[in-house]
Amino acid sequence: MSEAPRVALFVTCLVDLFRPSVGFAAVKLMQDAGCTVEVPEAQTCCGQPAYNSGDRKDTIAIAKQVIAAFEGYDHVVAPSGSCAGMIMKHYPELLADDPDWETRATDLAGRTHELISFLTDVLKVENVAAAFDGTVTYHDSCSGLRELGIHDQPRQLLDGVDGLHLRELEDANVCCGFGGTFCVKYPDISNRMVSNKTEQIVATGAETLLAGDMGCLMNMAGKLQREGANVRVRHVAEVLAGMTDTPAIGEPSDGSAN
Amino acid sequence: MSGSTTRNFKANAARELANDTLRAALTKSKGHFTDGRTTAAENLPEFEALRDQSRDIKNHTIENLDFYLEAYEEKVRESGGHVHWARTAEDARQIVLGICRSVDAKAVNKGKSMISEECEINEMLEANGIRAVETDLGEYIIQLRGEKPSHIIAPAVHLTKGQVEESFRANHTHLDPDRVLEEPPTLLDEARTILRKKYFEAEVGMTGANLLIAETGSSIIVTNEGNGDLSQLIPKVHIVLASVEKIVPTLEDASTILRVLARSATGQEFSSYTTLSTGPKREGDPDGPEQYHVILLDNGRTDMIGTEFQEMLRCIRCGACMNHCPVYQSVGGHAYGWVYPGPMGSVLSPGLLGVDEAGHLPNASTFCGRCEEVCPVRIPLPKMMRNWREQEFEKHLSPGTARVGLGLWAFMAKRPKLYQLATGLQMRLLARIGHAKGRLSSLPLAKGWTKYRELPAPEGRTFQSRWKSGERPL
Repeated sequence: MSEAPRVALFVTCLVDLFRPSVGFAAVKLMQDAGCTVEVPEAQTCCGQPAYNSGDRKDTIAIAKQVIAAFEGYDHVVAPSGSCAGMIMKHYPELLADDPDWETRATDLAGRTHELISFLTDVLKVENVAAAFDGTVTYHDSCSGLRELGIHDQPRQLLDGVDGLHLRELEDANVCCGFGGTFCVKYPDISNRMVSNKTEQIVATGAETLLAGDMGCLMNMAGKLQREGANVRVRHVAEVLAGMTDTPAIGEPSDGSAN
Repeated sequence: MSGSTTRNFKANAARELANDTLRAALTKSKGHFTDGRTTAAENLPEFEALRDQSRDIKNHTIENLDFYLEAYEEKVRESGGHVHWARTAEDARQIVLGICRSVDAKAVNKGKSMISEECEINEMLEANGIRAVETDLGEYIIQLRGEKPSHIIAPAVHLTKGQVEESFRANHTHLDPDRVLEEPPTLLDEARTILRKKYFEAEVGMTGANLLIAETGSSIIVTNEGNGDLSQLIPKVHIVLASVEKIVPTLEDASTILRVLARSATGQEFSSYTTLSTGPKREGDPDGPEQYHVILLDNGRTDMIGTEFQEMLRCIRCGACMNHCPVYQSVGGHAYGWVYPGPMGSVLSPGLLGVDEAGHLPNASTFCGRCEEVCPVRIPLPKMMRNWREQEFEKHLSPGTARVGLGLWAFMAKRPKLYQLATGLQMRLLARIGHAKGRLSSLPLAKGWTKYRELPAPEGRTFQSRWKSGERPL
């Protein structure tokens, strides 16, 4: 490519509100790979809370807002398989009855990517210049894995991080029990699911858990901390960007545990 | 209706989650089913193509359901059998009772059938003084215990072998109390010895059907114990109770579906027994029933045709969706409160019982997508669960507090400037409260979250406000 690709970051609501570091890590990874990154202002959320609650009307309104805000960029990238999946797989379906909007939704869907797969599959990044000293394990978030086929990409890039050792998690492809509003609508069931997950995370002996979606990460981090487990939790982008100076998710600024 | 407790799903789930024996039983069976399916699928290069073909066969049949059902009826009649149409479960019960009375039946031997569960045939038979004898081992066990199936192909999967031993000792009191009965084969032998005698006592044998074939008028059952064969061959009357969507056009189509059925269900290449029945015993046949009846049940299924739930009628009842469902694996089948548990039940039950009764089921999913990933006929189960949520939302059946919260959130999400202002303030406040620990252990409006886990505190200012102030990664 002669000119740097112009990429819009769809930062996602959870990264925007809870973990801006992931947004900056995403920007750094894409800039390092030669992209010009912009952050369109009119973004809030991809609309999944409404969509998964059966509120189609509000979902469509939010989808149109996102489509309009992200027109004209070469690529739109989200540090989340769930939100990227919403835009790529569900927007065109939601707007199928409205030919003009469907065209615009399909166009956006074709330009949208989840961050890690964007790096490997589109930008053909094979190696990132990062170091991380320690053993990590990786959870495959459901939407990224099953809607977008993201499995090998994060492992490929983690493999190139200096000092990092990946120990695979048993049942890494099984849901952690987050499920958006599911975790507060059915807290007892969600708790069993995340307890199963944390048991397997602890069993790996890894010091750090990584994944590509903030919802799942907050769920697993919150449970690990409630259980007093000595496992740090980070978004995979933070490690790949070499931005691990900020405390891990849910950890205090001085870095001490508990 | 129909003894359903799906309305109480949350309470049911809480009860089951507290049951450690259930947890042990489910943990034991889970890997067996999921690993079995994975291996079976990997070992058959054309497995994915067969899934496509199976999907297409079922789609074609459902689109031409009336045609194939009439063709099937014609063939059953030609082979000397009878076809009865049951619009409702009550119709089916009356037809079964009528047939039983016509031969003065005292006992009915039954092969495993979920349609029989749906129609509550056993309860009806007992109420009319007719003994129902379940001959499938799992069904036999739960019948002894007065329970309902918790899985559509493994009805007693919620039990441990210790519980089975306990039930056998409590019920088989004529046997030596000191007998050794700890291992599954000894349990199986004991059940087999007891059931063997009963096969010869019943006037009527009743089975379900995995498939009905329009081309030949045959019904097919697949079993691993051979109990279905004995149930249907020995008594003088064989009743097949099946729902209308079990029909496929040809034997060839049936064999395509059978190739994905057992692989998806148990990981077997084929079930131990695949039995085809076509009409009653013919002249010269060494054995077989004198009468062959098929009861075709609708019970709300045809109402799903032409709606967004039509694809659910493709289901071949393999159980792969529940074997792979983390929610089912957490709460077990009984929590669902009606005949069909797991993801397939979460789509089918609201269709048959109404979304006001079964609305919890399609909500109790994280949309993790594993069910759709393994469904042999590629039913988009998460999409259809979402469709039920949409119907619920439109009918104002979803809880008021959730609606208000969602409404408020959506109002903000549609106004980026206001949203950024409000969330910016909220996050700074939350960050301040959680600063010392980096997380919050309780938060008034987030009890559903903080009851079981910590809430990671936000870092402080939002990404968007930091970006707008010109902050960039180093």
